[in-house]
Amino acid sequence: MTAPLLAVEGLTTEFATKAGILRAVNGVSFEVARGEVMGLVGESGSGKTVTGFSILGLIDPPGRVTGGSVRLDGQELVGLPGGAMRAIRGKRIAMVFQDPAMTLNPVLSIGTQMGLAIRAHANMSEAKARQHMAAVLTRVGIPDAARRLDAFPHQFSGGMRQRVAIAMALLHAPDLIIADEPTTALDVSIQAQILAEVKSLVAETGMAMIWISHDLATVSSLAHRIAVMYAGRIVEQGPAVAVLRQPRHRYTSGLLASLPSRAQPGAELVQIPGAPPSLTALPPGCAFAPRCPRADRACETLPAMTREGQRVHACHHPVEAGEAA
Amino acid sequence: MSATFLELSAVSKRFSPRLSLGERIAAALGGDVETRTVHAVDGVSLTIKAGEALGLVGESGCGKTTLGRIAAGSMAPSEGIVRLDGVPVIGPGPHPRKLTTRIQTVFQDPFASLDPRMRIGDIIAEGPIAHGLVSKDAAAALVGEWLGRVGLDPSFASRYPHMFSGGQRQRVAIARALAMKPDILVCDEPVASLDVSIQAQIVNLFLQLRRELGLTMLFISHDLGVVRHICDRVAIMYLGRIVEIGAAEAIYGDPRHPYTRALLDSVPKLVIEDGTNVVFKPIQGELPSPLSPPRGCHFHPRCPIAMDRCRGEIPALKASGTQSAACHLAPT
Repeated sequence: MTAPLLAVEGLTTEFATKAGILRAVNGVSFEVARGEVMGLVGESGSGKTVTGFSILGLIDPPGRVTGGSVRLDGQELVGLPGGAMRAIRGKRIAMVFQDPAMTLNPVLSIGTQMGLAIRAHANMSEAKARQHMAAVLTRVGIPDAARRLDAFPHQFSGGMRQRVAIAMALLHAPDLIIADEPTTALDVSIQAQILAEVKSLVAETGMAMIWISHDLATVSSLAHRIAVMYAGRIVEQGPAVAVLRQPRHRYTSGLLASLPSRAQPGAELVQIPGAPPSLTALPPGCAFAPRCPRADRACETLPAMTREGQRVHACHHPVEAGEAA
Repeated sequence: MSATFLELSAVSKRFSPRLSLGERIAAALGGDVETRTVHAVDGVSLTIKAGEALGLVGESGCGKTTLGRIAAGSMAPSEGIVRLDGVPVIGPGPHPRKLTTRIQTVFQDPFASLDPRMRIGDIIAEGPIAHGLVSKDAAAALVGEWLGRVGLDPSFASRYPHMFSGGQRQRVAIARALAMKPDILVCDEPVASLDVSIQAQIVNLFLQLRRELGLTMLFISHDLGVVRHICDRVAIMYLGRIVEIGAAEAIYGDPRHPYTRALLDSVPKLVIEDGTNVVFKPIQGELPSPLSPPRGCHFHPRCPIAMDRCRGEIPALKASGTQSAACHLAPT
């Protein structure tokens, strides 16, 4: 196997709060190969967004990456000085955020902001830059792109704004895009358009992507591999089809079983009892144990990552094939 | 009993900005003043039978929340009337009052809908005490009963909303609505802001409460999966109009309106085969501005099968079997 594009190992990010040290990302390890879409799935507070921010070196005090490593093509990114990180951010790794209304500067035209993003990493004449911007905007499905460059964010709809945000991420043809819930704020019909667009982009450009989402269905239609996060840790990861068809961790199986599409209309849904734990008061062992139907004494110790072929999971009592979740 | 219970007849709601003094004078003199009127709801008629759950589905801006507020009697329609058992739910005049306590609402965001300075017990008891449904002395027992019914510990009554998670807060909001002993519950996106693992808990709670209390529900959501699970009938809304309505199995199994079909196609499905082969069939274009909706059928600019007639003539809802669709080309 060729070396992965991105290798994250034991990444740990902590925030100092009044209630004590809050470990938002707790020893997270995964790899992303070139051209691969990695789905990072979890509920709010599971640490998936902070993982994305940590990779990009965007954690501000009181937060701090306290351990682990992030290597891009072998180059260590953790602890990289600001200038060196800025040379990578936006050029080799770009990010798309959830809310395009917050990402774009409301007082600058689309062309002005995209121009700033271009000149941050490249020397390009004004005319050439505009040409490039229009081409990228057209690529993400914005009609009449050359004229739209002079428009301001408020003149675009939510879906179009997200396309602009994706276009900005694409300007320097990055190796990796980290997309944080990019379709959550959009309507289903617009979400389907963006998903279709992203899918063909990945296929054509061969860039890699980390798609962060709470929605298993969206992830399942895009991702080659899936990592499931719970309370700051990855509890299970592997090829998307394998994880979704035969989940090993009981949190994953619980999430899948609770989907309404899996049940007869009107029938009681399988539900995971309780709520995610507070990160400042994690149980000593498996964080999912208090909500898990199979938890016993063994779960009071932290389960180790168990490797099975291309998959890993962290569960003392993994779901067996044929067992009803 | 399956008689018509809640009836909306030709309900419309228009929002227009206040005109300035100058504009009002100009309008009074017969001048051409541009009024940017939004038709949030445009001639909607529907009925909900006792014990039935009707799902109202649409994308943001389609008017589903406005229609929900009108159905609940908390907003007066510009035209048309809403009746519960034949009696209007809201009074006349420029500042109309809701006339019934038999319809209650559960809102989307339990972080915004509960007063952070009130104890849970007071939040739940406020309505019933104000309306004389319960005496102050008996209120504590009522609160305890409802907290238990929605799956919370009765001792939580003395706590404040900030001490609860989103799912628990939504349970409190449901208890508050139900403590008024409503016959109809209007739920506006009640699970949209909850975490995935919590959504199933609240969906189950709705199912359980429907069984136990025989609740009639208007369930507003953009989530087609949740609606399918909870509702007997479904109405699909597009730019202020109902484009299709009928039994849930019929709508999901055999959608007649091209918008319904496109919407169902857009919902991401969990793929457990090789997901990288999934082909999306998105609807073309975007929701037009409600300030200037297209003439004729509102959906025609995005419709794959639109013809000339769709550009000029508004299609009426035509019934066939257990469903009705507002499309010139719908099979009958």
